[in-house]
Amino acid sequence: MPPLLRFRKLSFSEDTVNPTAKQQTTTEKPKRRRAGRCSCVDSCCWAIGYLCTAWWLLLFLYHSVPVPAMLQAPESPGTRLSRDGVKALHPVILVPGIVTGGLELWEGRPCAEGLFRKRLWGASFTEILRRPLCWLEHLSLDSETGLDPPGIRVRAVPGLVAADYFVPCYFAWAVLIENLAKIGYEGKNLHMASYDWRLSFHNTEVRDQSLSRLKSKIELMYATNGYKKVVVVPHSMGAIYFLHFLKWVETPLPDGGGGGPGWCAKHVKAVVNIGPAFLGVPKAVSNLLSAEGKDMAYARSLAPGLLDSELLKLQTLEHLMRMSHSWDSIVSLLPKGGEAIWGDLDSHTKEGHSFIDSKRKLSQSNLHRQNDSVRPESWVKEPAKYGRFIAFGKRASEVPSAQLNPLNIKELLRSDVISNDSTSCRQFWSEYSEISRESIVKVAENTAYTATTVLDLLRFIAPKMMKRAEAHFSHGIAEDLDDPKYGHYKYWSNPLETKLPDAPEMEMYSLYGVGIPTERSYIYKLTTTPSSKCKSSIPFRIDGSVDGDDDIYLKGGTRFVDGDESVPVISAGFMCAKGWRGKTRFNPSGMETYVREYKHKPPGSLLESRGMESGSHVDIMGNVGLIEDVLRIASGASGQEIGGDRVYSNVMKMSETVSIKL
Amino acid sequence: MPLIHRKKPQTPPSEEVVAPDEDSQKKPPHESSSSSKTHKKSNGGGKWSCVDSCCWFIGCVCVTWWFLLFLYNAMPASFPQYVTERITGPLPDPPGVKLKKEGLKAQHPVVFIPGIVTGGLELWEGKQCADGLFRKRLWGGTFGEVYKRPLCWVEHMSLDNETGLDPDGIRVRAVSGLVAADYFAPGYFVWAVLIANLAHIGYEEKNMYMAAYDWRLSFQNTEVRDQTLSRMKSNIELMVSTNGGKKAVIVPHSMGVLYFLHFMKWVEEPAPMGGGGGPDWCAKYIKAVMNIGGPFLGVPKAVSGLFSAEAKDVAVARAIAPGFLDTDIFRLQTLQHIMRMTRTWDSTMSMLPKGGDTIWGGLDWSPEKGHTCCGKKQKRNETCGEAGENGVSKIKPANYGRMISFGKEIAEAAPSEINNIDFRGAVKGQSFPNHTCRDVWTEYHDMGIAGIKAIAEYKVYTADAVIDLLHYVAPKMMARGSAHFSYGIADDLDDPKYKDPKYWSNPLETKLPNAPEMEIYSLYGVGIPTERAYVYKLNQSPDSCIPFQIFTSAHEEDEDSCLKAGVYNVDGDETVPVLSAGYMCAKAWRGKTRFNPSGIKTYVREYNHSPPANLLEGRGTQSGAHVDIMGNFALIEDIMRVAAGGNGSEIGHDQVYSGIYEWSDRIDLKL
Repeated sequence: MPPLLRFRKLSFSEDTVNPTAKQQTTTEKPKRRRAGRCSCVDSCCWAIGYLCTAWWLLLFLYHSVPVPAMLQAPESPGTRLSRDGVKALHPVILVPGIVTGGLELWEGRPCAEGLFRKRLWGASFTEILRRPLCWLEHLSLDSETGLDPPGIRVRAVPGLVAADYFVPCYFAWAVLIENLAKIGYEGKNLHMASYDWRLSFHNTEVRDQSLSRLKSKIELMYATNGYKKVVVVPHSMGAIYFLHFLKWVETPLPDGGGGGPGWCAKHVKAVVNIGPAFLGVPKAVSNLLSAEGKDMAYARSLAPGLLDSELLKLQTLEHLMRMSHSWDSIVSLLPKGGEAIWGDLDSHTKEGHSFIDSKRKLSQSNLHRQNDSVRPESWVKEPAKYGRFIAFGKRASEVPSAQLNPLNIKELLRSDVISNDSTSCRQFWSEYSEISRESIVKVAENTAYTATTVLDLLRFIAPKMMKRAEAHFSHGIAEDLDDPKYGHYKYWSNPLETKLPDAPEMEMYSLYGVGIPTERSYIYKLTTTPSSKCKSSIPFRIDGSVDGDDDIYLKGGTRFVDGDESVPVISAGFMCAKGWRGKTRFNPSGMETYVREYKHKPPGSLLESRGMESGSHVDIMGNVGLIEDVLRIASGASGQEIGGDRVYSNVMKMSETVSIKL
Repeated sequence: MPLIHRKKPQTPPSEEVVAPDEDSQKKPPHESSSSSKTHKKSNGGGKWSCVDSCCWFIGCVCVTWWFLLFLYNAMPASFPQYVTERITGPLPDPPGVKLKKEGLKAQHPVVFIPGIVTGGLELWEGKQCADGLFRKRLWGGTFGEVYKRPLCWVEHMSLDNETGLDPDGIRVRAVSGLVAADYFAPGYFVWAVLIANLAHIGYEEKNMYMAAYDWRLSFQNTEVRDQTLSRMKSNIELMVSTNGGKKAVIVPHSMGVLYFLHFMKWVEEPAPMGGGGGPDWCAKYIKAVMNIGGPFLGVPKAVSGLFSAEAKDVAVARAIAPGFLDTDIFRLQTLQHIMRMTRTWDSTMSMLPKGGDTIWGGLDWSPEKGHTCCGKKQKRNETCGEAGENGVSKIKPANYGRMISFGKEIAEAAPSEINNIDFRGAVKGQSFPNHTCRDVWTEYHDMGIAGIKAIAEYKVYTADAVIDLLHYVAPKMMARGSAHFSYGIADDLDDPKYKDPKYWSNPLETKLPNAPEMEIYSLYGVGIPTERAYVYKLNQSPDSCIPFQIFTSAHEEDEDSCLKAGVYNVDGDETVPVLSAGYMCAKAWRGKTRFNPSGIKTYVREYNHSPPANLLEGRGTQSGAHVDIMGNFALIEDIMRVAAGGNGSEIGHDQVYSGIYEWSDRIDLKL
């Protein structure tokens, strides 16, 4: 655009300004202006012109001045490895996670005219601002089936463009792709298995045949690259999506892919999970319960009332909640394994320890800036009770379990009476409006919920959604993996209810960042102030005002543990550190597993933007250490060759305390 | 742009009122430029200097520009359509909407095969000069890099001139997915309209597939380097199996037609050379092949493109501004660079005329004999029809068979008057008149004056001789190309030599697969003058490195003549003559012939070109031009009906406007 403007300017100024300047002498011109015409408009134009010119000049200088050597980016791992003779060997499949993949419109309502094959999700998100309600309508799925609503087809963008950049300049896979290309990867041996991340995993196959496509693609790449097995690199939710795939592909037709029992052993060399959410993320709970996470709660405590007010009739949170409740995939991220993994009402795993250590080092840069003076022994006295996922009130999160209100939520009846008398709230699809106020109060009175009971809470609060989604996902631990019921697809994405395929030569990696406070449990409150028009349709809120005075894990109603900002260490690391290590019942063929952690180091300066050594959930894909590992594995190295385990957190110790039958 | 946008509203309020007074008071000795004008302004709006008025002017332009932009963006989306409807009357429903109302539903998976030039190419590995272009489009999109770094661009787009594959350290690959060729440049659709209409009846990514390939490579090399053919096979198999076993409908365009011919042969060939799909693969997976504007027998344009890097458009430009393109101003040598680049692309050789004199005509005859170029004038000029019948003697019939002739007289002379001096044996001299051309690789500098003279003295070249001519002027290129393509006619199709991949894309040297239920369509536009033969002259200019150029001043006084600016035109779609697009389906494959042993049904569907009525229609919905035809509603409707399960007789058999049957009958080919 600027060059065009500049062109216009030049031609015009030559045509019109210069002749006048020549004809009328320069003295005459000011006269004309002085005659009262040097008005506001003129000076306005002048100012704009001045600014534009200055801007273009700077832009021009910026582009023409060579980058000083000091600012030049350090050599990328791809260049270095390619000089060391590392060459593309195994085809690479990238499996994106939730949210990062783009979605585009194929068929829509009249309000979405002109958006055919334009991105609704990803890229610039401009449509949210232009037509927010239309956008919400198109991105929501049918609340009954979890598939397309009638007349709307929104599909995943295919190819590498699907998730290389999430929004312009915010890379997801782009850095990794670029480095892979440096050692010789290209379209024929690099594939992005994009899928519609809103659907349940089984439905991606039912509607789009995504799993079949992935299977055919892997087989094709295996055959056209000299029968080299593929290296799969899933990220975040992609890790459990690929677990689902591994099980699906060996299951006979018509339920599965019909690849036969040796398929994985034949086609897959390694699964390099990045920031895998194997056992779910606590974030998903707060998201489903009240459509908010740490950031939202923080914002609310800064400006109470702003988000809740109905100013402009926005009701943003309610809309978001309605949309995300129609996405089955979020349910796949609910914590799995229940109390055995996540702790019961009284247990407190020692997740905090290393977190504290790392916390002190980077206390400058984190949100706990004021806690520098915290006495380090304080946490020893009162270990945080992480097992209580959701606690109503701070007291409920700390008192011994005997003092808690013993509530059996399953016995609580949903009243049929619609307590919400204000009709204006009815337009939002939220199952909260069908619950009576009394039972909501009962649910919230001095109670705390663990990973198991939290599911009951959700079932009580959003029965339709959970019913729909629990046909596709399961969150338990299998007693007996040979039970024929585990042939059902809803168990395939839960690592605690499936066996890994029989592929002793395959390798499982878990690469994730550590050293960032990660949400682990929440303190909730009831919203007591009904807003002017109608009762806010979300009755629970994270209590943003709760801060641990001497408890530095507690901030803004949220308790933190070590992790990568989204996934706690226990979820990302447990399976590879213990659940699958050696020959266990989850890993009957004894395939090798490796845990590799990357310590978070915030970018040194602004110039580094998102950092080369970041450990946070998405930014880790630009981490040079991680990229190097992935490149080495792709070019044929085994887990031992890249250095086996690399652990900074206390995931090993934590895993010891988890007692499940292996 | 948005950035500038944002800057504006913030600053003017603060600057505009405050700046004149405050600035001058608080900090009188400011920087030279800014303070001088504020200073001047402050003392009573005094001198309004040149810089100020410039700034003022820029400001004005910007503000109007933004204002217009704002209006444009704020305008309801249906406004242009409303205006159009007011002017031209109600628009017909797009075929997608119309057929949806009829109840058509997506049935068969659809595979698109783009042609030459229209597919995007992106960079995967490059030289230093292409820094920062990783996975950016070099071909297609905005072509921004052509202007920014032209030589770098030429270097990256060229292939190795020995192997026809990647040069060292450069990897340019085809863009994959539908985005590869939906729009060639922003706003210039190729497949986008067809895709949008198919989406109306329920197509989406899972049952539509764009088989993008690197169109610079020879067909067999796309498999060698990128395994493109294998991918296509695997994708078709996948789509057929995930769509409930419904066979695929293939829609190739332009060169994609030849590419798919090659594919059909490749896929049934056993493994090391072919895809190992077995002899019934096509019968199992393909319902119909709907070729759009297919240059089955090549295009004459390819000859002039390879011979002198020019075609009608360049020739016309040269006639208007002689000397401009040939001069060395700015040391551009544009044509030479383009020539050097295109000559490294094997694929251009796939489009050379095939079938030689038998198809394209000899010295004194051609299948299109007697064709008069009334073309578009037919509507205006009613006498044209008569002129075509009894005025043949008046208008000298064009000798289309003489594909290249040196001088207009030769092009018209009776065959007996032409005495050819054979160029084939002529010795290539070492001395070339122009030594500055050494850095541009065109092979012409190897030829010497004697060679050039010999070529010009041969005077007239028919389709057969043209191939020899190219072998003579560009031996390296043709040696590389003839390893991948062949231009002859097979005497005996069962000869084992026809197992060689180089014959697979020539319809006159391969048999169609054994798939009696398959259908082959040829859909193309007619009614536009299309290049068929050229009048050349020697280039006397010492600056130029290409010794031949089209003799642009060769005109016929008569309006109806087919000779325009050194080019003989014939009916076609602007690129492909009717003969090339229609002959195979109209005659050579019709019924059971030796080229079509299983008797696959063929259909010829022509679309008469009618130019867009006004500017608002854009590129028209009834266009017959080579690329614009992809927005032709009638053609889209035909494709959609077949994709939704229709067959050739249901959509109306043949639809012919040109003289293709008559012309086909004049071709004497054993069938």
